[in-house]
Amino acid sequence: MRDGETAYLRLEGITKRFGNFVANDSINLKVNAGSIHGLLGENGAGKTTLMNILCGLYQPEAGQIYLHDRAVQITSPKVAIAQGIGMIHQHFMLVPQLTVIENIILGSPLTLRLNLKQKSREILVMSERYGLSIDPLAKVGDLPVGTQQRVEILKALYRQAKVLILDEPTAVLTPPEVQGFFKVLRQLAAANHTILFISHKLDEILSLCDHITVLRRGRVVGTTIAHNSTRQDLARLMVGRDVLFHLEKAAQSSDHIVLEVQNLQVRDDRHLNAVQNVSFTLKAGEILGVAGVDGNGQRELADAIAGLRPATAGELILNGQLITRWTMQQRIKRLKIGYIPEDRQKMGLILRFSIARNLILKGFQQLPFCRNGWLQRGAIAHHATQAIQSFDIRATSGKLRVSQLSGGNQQKVVLARELSGDPSLIVAMQPTRGLDVGATEYVQQALLTERQRGAAILYISTELEEIMMMSDRIAVLYEGRFVAILDAATATVEQLGLLMAGSPAGRLSP
Amino acid sequence: MSDSAAFLSDYLAASLRLSVPLAFAALGGLFSERSGVLNIGLEGMLLTGAFVSAATVFYTGSVWVAILAALIVGGLVGLLHAYLCVTLRVDQLVSGLAINLSAAGLTAFLSRLVFNSKTSQPLQGLDAIAIPGLSQIPIVGSLFFNQDPLVYLLLLLVPLITYLLFKTSLGLTLRAVGEYPRAAETAGVSVLFVRYLSVMLSGCLASLGGAYLVLVHVKFFMEDISAGKGFIALAALIFGRWHPISTVLACVLFGATEALQLRIQAFGLNIPYQFLVMLPYVIALFALIGLAGKSTPPAALGIPYVKESLDD
Repeated sequence: MRDGETAYLRLEGITKRFGNFVANDSINLKVNAGSIHGLLGENGAGKTTLMNILCGLYQPEAGQIYLHDRAVQITSPKVAIAQGIGMIHQHFMLVPQLTVIENIILGSPLTLRLNLKQKSREILVMSERYGLSIDPLAKVGDLPVGTQQRVEILKALYRQAKVLILDEPTAVLTPPEVQGFFKVLRQLAAANHTILFISHKLDEILSLCDHITVLRRGRVVGTTIAHNSTRQDLARLMVGRDVLFHLEKAAQSSDHIVLEVQNLQVRDDRHLNAVQNVSFTLKAGEILGVAGVDGNGQRELADAIAGLRPATAGELILNGQLITRWTMQQRIKRLKIGYIPEDRQKMGLILRFSIARNLILKGFQQLPFCRNGWLQRGAIAHHATQAIQSFDIRATSGKLRVSQLSGGNQQKVVLARELSGDPSLIVAMQPTRGLDVGATEYVQQALLTERQRGAAILYISTELEEIMMMSDRIAVLYEGRFVAILDAATATVEQLGLLMAGSPAGRLSP
Repeated sequence: MSDSAAFLSDYLAASLRLSVPLAFAALGGLFSERSGVLNIGLEGMLLTGAFVSAATVFYTGSVWVAILAALIVGGLVGLLHAYLCVTLRVDQLVSGLAINLSAAGLTAFLSRLVFNSKTSQPLQGLDAIAIPGLSQIPIVGSLFFNQDPLVYLLLLLVPLITYLLFKTSLGLTLRAVGEYPRAAETAGVSVLFVRYLSVMLSGCLASLGGAYLVLVHVKFFMEDISAGKGFIALAALIFGRWHPISTVLACVLFGATEALQLRIQAFGLNIPYQFLVMLPYVIALFALIGLAGKSTPPAALGIPYVKESLDD
């Protein structure tokens, strides 16, 4: 990017603080008209904050935004829309209870008559022009996520957006959907739309973008041309050091079956069957990865095995004992199951409690932490000190509130609690979600150590690469069923991708 | 025959009369809650409207000035609720509760000043206007076409609000703000403005319900004249699933129950009157139990909207 080229969008010295935390530290960025510009960075690097500034949700403390070399003040989303900036948020900004058409025209000038019929005709024409077919009268909440994303894009295009900002748009898509989505983006760029594509996935950024800017801890650490860059280069820029893409692990050898699940059926919060007829066995020292697009029953499966949600049919057998109908109390007293829930802040921890108290959430009614109904302060504090040491939790004392820890250290507290007492079964649900590369490596190593010890691990994740790296066998969950269980050594990304999308083409022998 | 017909038309008229304040308050609640602001302050707003209209008509002698005053003061109480809930992000239940308690205290105190502690100072009321021709139809005619202007206004408001809510962009905006405010904000809507407007409108309508109570129904003011009507309206709103037509029908159900219990009392049956007085509230309770889990409120109801926050 030389100065001679015309930058359509230019940022100079953008700084944004939240209290003492500097989310964006004098960011400079240039994006050419009609190009796809990648913005790469780890979780917490400041990507989303920057985008929220561009779309008018946040006001920067310093810096200037230029469109076409003209300084603009984006004081509200309304102004952003008027300036032709359209944002597709990571969490869709669609009202699920409204129809597609209502969502698209929301916020347009006040009228006394909505005239939905005529507008839905307009939108049908527009959607066909861009190859984004939709049913304008469908309720958004009923649509699959891939289609919801189309609605988001149409919403931006309906407002005449020239700049499209996409925040982690592929997180909710299956690999085949991603390919189709990229085609649409290239088409839009060819029609002279300027696209800013935010992601932490190296491969996607490399295959889609023309230029790539890398953010780390709120600063720009480099801008490169995509076809001159490699995965390794970008990873080093993003993390600040070399990154391992492969994990070493010894072969699994035991024949002891730890968990046997037979025809499990679980209902979700709306009382619909979220898990149906799932059967599998899990041996000691084995990691069974569960791949699948978010919302295909992962949560319900994990909760059912952990005993947080009743199974409506089927059986759970742990080390030869039928535990399907055991209460939580029985489980805690007599079983050793470690559960790393999906959301550590809402489910895994009580943020306002200290580290020490979070560590005894499971065992606080038992010795040594509790004697005749009285909590044993000494034992609890001692336990915390030990856990802080052995799990390398970066905290000065066990009295510190968990909310004051970083995401990685919070996850270590969860690990310390769930892995203590050598559980024979571990259910890990998205255990690295939102963690930086260092913390991710730590969590993965900790789980591999448990595997080595002989724990059976159910590893549920939506990140395909992670599943492939960690697992011995891989089950693919689609609409609540295991559509296949594959050997991790021979499974390919393409095959898994097709299975995740519900296509039978990838289905071979289990 | 003519006796029972007279009873029926009398009963229907009483049902309608008792439903009107509920319906105004419930429609007010609808605006507030559709925009995502919980409004248990309906009771206080109703009571405020009742007192202000009573005091105004007492001093000025003009019913119309009284209605206008009720609208203005109701809007101001709404503004207070909006300021507390939207700007200061106070717990919306607490704010509503504060409004109810303050209204009860203030109106009780002020009414003693204004009406010189005569408990039932008779006031000038709003007269019925018979619509020529239509009012001659048996039963229906006297029920719907021989009424006062406030009832006509209510009958007009129901289709009008339904149209506004579902067929205009203002209604679309209102619904979006109540379901997913951040989505509305990114679409260029000012969540703040929409919520202020809705909650103020809510105050105006609930206050109008109070004005009806005083100017048409009882024609005097006394302490705690609202007697839980705001809460019944809230139940009707939930029972009517936040839809204007079914909400007003729910109000009619509660109004009819109230009229019924008054008639049972008049028959002098051997039932303690306390039980009969409870009837509408018990019906409301059963209605809510029957609907448990089936009625889904606006998704953002009761949740303050924070514009700049990291947790999304």
